[in-house]
Amino acid sequence: MALDRWLALAILGLCLVYGYTAWFTMDANLPRFMQRNPVWPSTFPKALSVMGAICAVWILVFQKPLPEPGPDDVDYRKFLSYSWGRALALIALMLLYAATLRPLGFLGSTIGFLVIGAWILGEKRLYVSLPVALVAAGGIWWLVSEVLGIFLRPMPMFLM
Amino acid sequence: MLDGILLGLSTALSVQNLFLVTMGCMIGTLIGMLPGLGPMSIIAIMIPIAIGIGDPSGALILLAGVYYGAIFGGSTSSILINAPGVASTVATSFDGYPMARRGEAGKALTVAAIASFIGGSVGAILLMIFAPALSSVALLFHSAEYFALMVLGLAAIAAFSGQGNVAKAVLMTLLGLIMATVGEGALFNVARFTMGFPQLQSGFGFITLAMAMFALPEAIFLVMHPARSGKGDKSAAIGKLRITRQDARDMAPVVGRQSLQGFFIGVLPGAGATIASFLGYAVERNLASPAEREKFGKGSVKGLAAPESANNAACSGSFVPLLTLGIPGSGTTAILLGALISLNVTPGPRLMTDSPEIFWAVIISMYIGNVVLLVLNLPLIPYIAKLLSVPRPFLIPFILFFTLMGSYIGQNNPTELLILVLLGIGATALRMADYPLAPLLIGFILGRMMEDNFSRAMQLYRGPSFLWERPMTAALLVLALILLVLPTWRSRRERKRKIDTSMGD
Repeated sequence: MALDRWLALAILGLCLVYGYTAWFTMDANLPRFMQRNPVWPSTFPKALSVMGAICAVWILVFQKPLPEPGPDDVDYRKFLSYSWGRALALIALMLLYAATLRPLGFLGSTIGFLVIGAWILGEKRLYVSLPVALVAAGGIWWLVSEVLGIFLRPMPMFLM
Repeated sequence: MLDGILLGLSTALSVQNLFLVTMGCMIGTLIGMLPGLGPMSIIAIMIPIAIGIGDPSGALILLAGVYYGAIFGGSTSSILINAPGVASTVATSFDGYPMARRGEAGKALTVAAIASFIGGSVGAILLMIFAPALSSVALLFHSAEYFALMVLGLAAIAAFSGQGNVAKAVLMTLLGLIMATVGEGALFNVARFTMGFPQLQSGFGFITLAMAMFALPEAIFLVMHPARSGKGDKSAAIGKLRITRQDARDMAPVVGRQSLQGFFIGVLPGAGATIASFLGYAVERNLASPAEREKFGKGSVKGLAAPESANNAACSGSFVPLLTLGIPGSGTTAILLGALISLNVTPGPRLMTDSPEIFWAVIISMYIGNVVLLVLNLPLIPYIAKLLSVPRPFLIPFILFFTLMGSYIGQNNPTELLILVLLGIGATALRMADYPLAPLLIGFILGRMMEDNFSRAMQLYRGPSFLWERPMTAALLVLALILLVLPTWRSRRERKRKIDTSMGD
């Protein structure tokens, strides 16, 4: 089974869970006065879940095979021949950034993100990447915080 | 209309807005040149800044400037290194890159700039004529028609999303609609489908979704498959910028035709600049004399001018349904719509009467943006081209950082970043499996409005009878159904015919 069918199957599952909630559990705590309404909060989701499930089944059954990818397209069948390790490392780095943004402050976590990101992608010279990250993080903090007036905690939590 | 133009002029010509349109064009050109970042990602990245401005007309002017700049920047990288930054400039590289290889890169860039300028300006004039007319018709629409119109728009987007892809596009649209029902709706104060997470109480953030659908997968693809872009030699000399009189004579009819055609393709929902540019190229190739047809694909001035004027005119055209009906026809205008809603402006037929200064300022800023692009970019082209040599180890972390920042600034909540990354991983998988992602985002943005209009019509008619009792609603819905069924039916018939002929041989 090709990837698009697997994804259709996953979406079918999602539609079924969504539909179950809409058809069977949502209306239980609907106030009495709203029950006389011709339209309920669950009306639209009910319709969507049915249509989504039909469409997903349609793809599962009738979808033609994926077209041959061009040389520039990413082909999931050759996933292991790509630098997937780097991609995963960057995704992990993004999650790390989300986790450290508050406790470390904007400047620290951003400089870390940019330096480690460049390091993952092959720029190992710290005397190049560190100044670039410093200037960028400082500049963007100034732009967002001072020019646009959106508060970003620059320093770690215990400092301010 | 004259008052409107004057009002627009007075808004657009303020120092702040002139600065914004110039900045927008510059930033759009610079980022649009980078391979892999299309107008959708760039605009998504710029939204927090635009919202930070606070003034809706200023924000829309900035974003519109970014949009044109991105299209123009995309053609620069198509011509110079055969790496289109934007899907709508792929056709530009057919003839632009061969010209650059011949050492005529400067001439190619000039042709592209002039063709874009004329295409964009003609598009703006047509927009000025058609938008007010359409919006006076749209005022007659009720919630039932709005609902039907949105169904039609979504159906058209799915139907035009390419052969064999209609079912996938429909599924993505439905997924977008499903995602839009998460959180508290406007009509019912009930939190729906939040799965117990308080962060989902207000639904998915639209900027987060836009970033996750476009910028993040593109960046992940760039990391995984570096050969995707940046092929070809980067050392190509720019050469002279001048074009000859003969070139100008060759270009003129092409640019004229394609500006008109591109605009009307852009107006259609779901078509947009990409289809306009390919269709423009194909039409001009068929119209050319046999001797000239030979030159197409080998560096023909006509072949370069056609997609360039068509895609810029289509950009203006795609503003027509957005400004008059409040229904975006493309992913890019859908993002603009989301930005407008965040600024408390609801585009639609009332926009012209409620806040005419926004409406007209956007149109006037289109002219200014086009002039800025022409004046600013032509002399700067050799320097702008240097940006293409930013080393990848810096480029990608910065793209990722801007996507993260964009969704963080909007909500000021690190949980939003987790949602962004998870949705981004899902979007990457969907893209690998050839699922189109723009319908998902459009469905998400229209979802809430669609449900509101549907519920309002249901309440007015005490049930779903409006679907068949109002002739206009019924007609629009039938049209939507035809649009969805037609491509499947046609491809089936074609296949059948092929089998028949092969049996006859």
